[in-house]
Amino acid sequence: MSSPGSTPDSRRSKRGRSSEQGSEPPSPASSKAATPSQRSKRSDATPRRSARKTNKDGDVTSPPSQRRKVDDQPTGPLAGPLDAMVSSPILFSSPGAADTSKTGGLNTSEIDLSSPLHYGTPSSRAGLGTPGRPGTPGGGTPIRVRSDIRSTRKIRTVNLGTSEAGEPSRMTSEITSDTLAGPQLVIWGTDVVVSHCREKFSQFVSRFIDPEIEEDEAFDGIDVNEPLYLQRLDEVAIIGEPFLNFNCDHLHQFDADLYRQLINYPQEVIPTFDMAVNELFFDRNPDVNLPHQIQVRPYNCEKTKNMRALNPEDIDQLITVRGMVIRNSTLIPEMREAFFSCYVCHNTATVEIDRGRITEPTLCVNCNTNHSFALVHNRSQFTDKQMIKLQESPEDMPAGQTPHTVILYAHSDLVDKVQPGDRITVTGIYRATPMRANPRQRNVKSVYKTHIDVVHYRKVDTDRLKLEGDEAVDGRVVQLSPERIEYLKSLKESGDLYTRLAKAIAPSIYENDDIKKGILLQLFAGTRKDFAKSGRGKFRSEMNILLCGDPGTSKSQLLQYVYKLVPRGQYTSGKGSSAVGLTAYVTKDPETRQLVLQTGALVLSDNGVCCIDEFDKMNDSTRSILHEVMEQQTMSIAKAGIICQLNARTSILAAANPVESQWNKNKTIIENIQLPHTLLSRFDLIFLILDPQDEVFDRRLANHLVSLYYKTERDTEDEYLNMADLRDYIAYAKQNIHPKISEAAGQTFIQEYVEMRKVGSGRGQISAYPRQLESLIRLAEAHAKMRLSEQELEDVREARRLHREALKQAAVDPTTGKIDISILTTGPGEGSCNMCVYSCVCCQF
Amino acid sequence: MPGVDNWLNDPLNVIQNIFDNSGYDHPEKVTEYFKEKLSSQISLSWIPSLNSTALHNLNPNSLVKLRCMVQDMYDPEFYMGVYETVDKTNGTVHLKSGRYQDVADCSPNCEVDFNGKQNKTMDRQTLYCVPIPGENTWVKMAHEENNQAKVIASGSTSAGRSKRHRDEDMMTEISTSNVNAMQSGVHVGTHNEDDISPRDETGDNNTETKRQRPDSETSTSCSSHIPNLNFPLSGETGPACIVKIYENLENKVMVNDVFEFIGVLSVDPSMAQFKATDSDGNTLLDPFSPGMEEENAHCPPPSLVPRLHVILANKLQHNNPLLPTALNSYEGTLVQERILTEVNTTRRNLVAILEQALFGDTLAAEYMICHLISFVYCRRDVVALGKFSLNLMGCPTKSEFPQLLNKLLQHTVTQSHFLPMTVNNLNTIQFAPKKDYTANRLLSGILQLSCGTHLVVDETVMEAGELNANGVKNLTALGIVVRWQKVEYDFNFHKQEFPCDIPVLILSEGKSLLQCDCMVPLIPCQSDASLAEKYSGIDQYLTPALLTKIRAYLDAVRLMEYTLPDSVQRVIEEDFVEMRRQDPAHMTIDDFHVLLILARLLSLSHGHKELKRDFWDKVKIMESERKIRLPQHSATLNI
Repeated sequence: MSSPGSTPDSRRSKRGRSSEQGSEPPSPASSKAATPSQRSKRSDATPRRSARKTNKDGDVTSPPSQRRKVDDQPTGPLAGPLDAMVSSPILFSSPGAADTSKTGGLNTSEIDLSSPLHYGTPSSRAGLGTPGRPGTPGGGTPIRVRSDIRSTRKIRTVNLGTSEAGEPSRMTSEITSDTLAGPQLVIWGTDVVVSHCREKFSQFVSRFIDPEIEEDEAFDGIDVNEPLYLQRLDEVAIIGEPFLNFNCDHLHQFDADLYRQLINYPQEVIPTFDMAVNELFFDRNPDVNLPHQIQVRPYNCEKTKNMRALNPEDIDQLITVRGMVIRNSTLIPEMREAFFSCYVCHNTATVEIDRGRITEPTLCVNCNTNHSFALVHNRSQFTDKQMIKLQESPEDMPAGQTPHTVILYAHSDLVDKVQPGDRITVTGIYRATPMRANPRQRNVKSVYKTHIDVVHYRKVDTDRLKLEGDEAVDGRVVQLSPERIEYLKSLKESGDLYTRLAKAIAPSIYENDDIKKGILLQLFAGTRKDFAKSGRGKFRSEMNILLCGDPGTSKSQLLQYVYKLVPRGQYTSGKGSSAVGLTAYVTKDPETRQLVLQTGALVLSDNGVCCIDEFDKMNDSTRSILHEVMEQQTMSIAKAGIICQLNARTSILAAANPVESQWNKNKTIIENIQLPHTLLSRFDLIFLILDPQDEVFDRRLANHLVSLYYKTERDTEDEYLNMADLRDYIAYAKQNIHPKISEAAGQTFIQEYVEMRKVGSGRGQISAYPRQLESLIRLAEAHAKMRLSEQELEDVREARRLHREALKQAAVDPTTGKIDISILTTGPGEGSCNMCVYSCVCCQF
Repeated sequence: MPGVDNWLNDPLNVIQNIFDNSGYDHPEKVTEYFKEKLSSQISLSWIPSLNSTALHNLNPNSLVKLRCMVQDMYDPEFYMGVYETVDKTNGTVHLKSGRYQDVADCSPNCEVDFNGKQNKTMDRQTLYCVPIPGENTWVKMAHEENNQAKVIASGSTSAGRSKRHRDEDMMTEISTSNVNAMQSGVHVGTHNEDDISPRDETGDNNTETKRQRPDSETSTSCSSHIPNLNFPLSGETGPACIVKIYENLENKVMVNDVFEFIGVLSVDPSMAQFKATDSDGNTLLDPFSPGMEEENAHCPPPSLVPRLHVILANKLQHNNPLLPTALNSYEGTLVQERILTEVNTTRRNLVAILEQALFGDTLAAEYMICHLISFVYCRRDVVALGKFSLNLMGCPTKSEFPQLLNKLLQHTVTQSHFLPMTVNNLNTIQFAPKKDYTANRLLSGILQLSCGTHLVVDETVMEAGELNANGVKNLTALGIVVRWQKVEYDFNFHKQEFPCDIPVLILSEGKSLLQCDCMVPLIPCQSDASLAEKYSGIDQYLTPALLTKIRAYLDAVRLMEYTLPDSVQRVIEEDFVEMRRQDPAHMTIDDFHVLLILARLLSLSHGHKELKRDFWDKVKIMESERKIRLPQHSATLNI
């Protein structure tokens, strides 16, 4: 409650309470007789010092669990201007203050942190209008209240006199300035010493250097060897956006104690940081006028990354959660300062919001009329507020449970910064308020509502419509712990990694090792190449695979497995999907009545794998849209006035039955598949899955299938790499390894390509195009990635082998172009034998 | 039984006593206490069941039990786990436990201290539970009988009155035209609440009544305002309930799990969200409330959706009232053995009945039994092992056969649902659940079924027509259920897979639209009796005693352990190789899977835990017989 009788000069009214208290007569607003007595009671009621000390000693390292302070915003009849002080919920966790013994030596006061420009302690800086140089042009920067951290709340501090100056130094590390000598303000209920905190933070800002800065934190003209945040401040001075984002991880490295305080008492510490930064800023740039004072926005604190882990311990602490925005409310204007005018004499008064409520002044001081004030809306001041619903991101959801949601409140500048569908990481203060109970009831609802006051957003996903996205930015960045990376690398050491990884794909499917290898390489994908400068555009890195074979050869099962394995997979069936279901369609949003582009499976699997089952059942018009996707990796849309190009950097894994649903031995490959050449050439690998019809094979198959029915799950787990390991390994390799073609490998490619051309020209064969050379390169790159190494000759050989194996070229009778099943009876892992057969075939040319 | 009354009718007091005695919050002691009290079957049956007792006949804050399926999970809730109350007269402070209640309770002249030093905030999970979808009437009745014989009469209201009230409650849900009767029903309901909650000030209850009335009026006038209780299958009745679970249960509960919860019933009217009013009665518009729809969904009036604070929870393996809940307990094995002694006669009877029902086709009857006892016993990466969806081909169109068969199934299995697959149904019904972000809840669909719910799909009613987008989506969803036993729930921004276990029986004239594990063409035996006559014959044959046996038999053999001895394994492998050599085209991997699963089911249906050689041979004969029937279809079948 401020003084409504005073002039509307907001800054004056925001000054230190202590100075006003004495000079002001009981204001009309607080004309309830109780006020003065309450105040004196409060100032008398200094808490037991011993209690505070134990608090300090015991709770320095851990957030005091007893201090489960909860905003008692709407406590029915209590709510009023007075209970702010009486029950003083937020910090004053000792409501029994009234009966505590009085101790001398400590005097309490309130700093009004609603004005971060009220820099310094009341004793040292009280009355100074601007930081640094009072009265200088720097004073042109207005102050804005931070509603995100509820700085409007009055914070009570305890002034530790000089007599106790020795005591608090225990917890400080490197405070060298003379602040030690002066009186120290400790914020009530915490161990935060205002001056120390400020001092330490300005040291952090002016000294912290991080040579290994993350990419999205870097900005133009950064010098990694200079203090990072000073550069940021300089940027603020140039750009004029008065926000300083800082990484809590940096603070943690710099001063763990300060970090802990920030996490535990964000509401008190952040304003202190604000003070420090502003002081520093205006010292450095005294002549800059900003829209308002600089606000500090911490992000990336370690506490609570997962929404499910939120618990009552986190209330009123700084937390970071990630999730997906599912709903935005419209902008809510929240009254910050109400403007009243008297009916009778047109005397005016302003009242600031106090914990969600505005108290109408009852008595006009000018004309002594009761209840004569009316609110003047367009002269009141408002801040923006928005409610946002954040839902747990799908990958954090435990299996078989529905996602949790949490409500976010964004304030002023953070309003409308995110859209539904965005994946974000939010840093904010976790709050709990009791549900509004029926005031006429004795029993109260014992349930709290929770929300997060947003301090900082960090977007995880980049805009899908942006074409310029390159590999560094796209998709999620997989964060793996160093131990995990070590483990993944150790996998490489154990021999025969290739086979093991391949076998880990769909272990319930028997053998088919080459297909699994092909799919494995598809998951690793090649290197993205950009020849845009030389006018050739981009070369895709994603591979497309077609599985073609008899029914009942577990093709769908493979597809299902891949769909389950990759983070961004889509599964559609050629039968049930239409062209729009694959690409995009335009609908009218029922709420906003605007046209909305709904993306289909191909766009949704951007950076993932799109599995298309029953590819042969797909109608031709639907299939034709795949042409662009499979080579250019984009999708052009011109519908309902929306003309755009969407990224569809997706790998396609398709499964098809032969034309006659059964493979016809008497027909050539082309006749059996019957897909247009243009489409076929876009597949990097085309696997023919044919029934080998061999007794040895059958026996092993039978054994494998029977074992599915009696082995326990644990038995099989040991045999194969589990899904999580496989997924992490692929993610790691994709992110970190970018193989390049060596000179020697280049030569081999040429030779292999020439050979492919030769084979492809045979009757009924799938002819080789330059596209196939590209696929060969991609396969080799993927293989190198899989080995976590740069490219070598062996990769090229494996690429060629797979390519050949896929089409069963080994078993093709070159004169007729038909597949001779009898040659196909090669067991698994008998590659060398295969090679013999192949060379035999080759000899016939 | 004074002791019983105490923990049964006033469990909160008992909990408070335990709290006082142990000094502070010790939830495990509470659980222990109640576990001990409820260790016997008899004491369990003393607890009134929310499923069969009308809400107004139950005392608020008494111990009740509830059989239900978890439909949705709401966000966790923070509450005062421990709080202080201050006596206004002398200022003494009492410590109270806030567990197992929604409202911080205190004695007269006391006040809850929100800022008490010893207050402790805790969190609990909130679940939205619905009665088990598709639960057949006999199951409901049997559960009721198990219970009602010993139930303690709780309310003073007569049975007749309760009956009427409940019917009318149902009417509010399905919104029939009779507004007057319904309103009086609502009134009766609130009046009863007055009777049983004397501690509440009457003034509050009056406002409650007033508040409810406009609600119910709108529900009739405008269909969108019907409190949608979110049952997966429309037309179901029973109590929906918001269940609150505590630490010991968290993360053990999954969506679609079936539970029997035992806990404290909470129907405090203040739980309903209503527009907050300040002391002068003015409405305070809270701009930050999450929106009306969400509040309606999450805080429905407790007279409609009661709250239950769970003390003990049993995850149910089956929902068969004829079997003990825990089958692997001593009691369970005894019952199982008793059933196994008569397994052959029961089975013979069942085959005879099914044979009659399926136009005298013995082979189809055998397959039918296997289908009835199938369930997913294990998942290997994406494959669900143990499922055995059956497609009965050659069903007569435009006959009553599907309905009659379904009726028979309803009498034998615990949960089932009949889905006539008309174009209209496909286009309009919601199959897969979908998240409604306005109300922040999961809108249920008919595929949100608990494990072991039989789905009977009648394809004979399908006529030419055009499927819209929704129809195509539904058909795909159903296809995925049949093929992979999973349902993709639509979360708007992404889809999430949930595994399911729904045995599907498809009745079709020709080949079904959906790819089933096993297709059996029906070959009717020459018989003069009409369909209706046959089924009335079955009805006469099915004596209550036989029905009971069949019901127990189906669930008992289904849940038996099964092993494949090494010797038989070798035989099977040999056979596979042999069959492949003879006719590779007719012994694919899928065929072999069918053989293996059929062997398992046939063996179990005879009560054998181990696969024997002769059953394997029998399975082979069955399959070859079935395949002989297929050739006329085989051109299109791709077997």
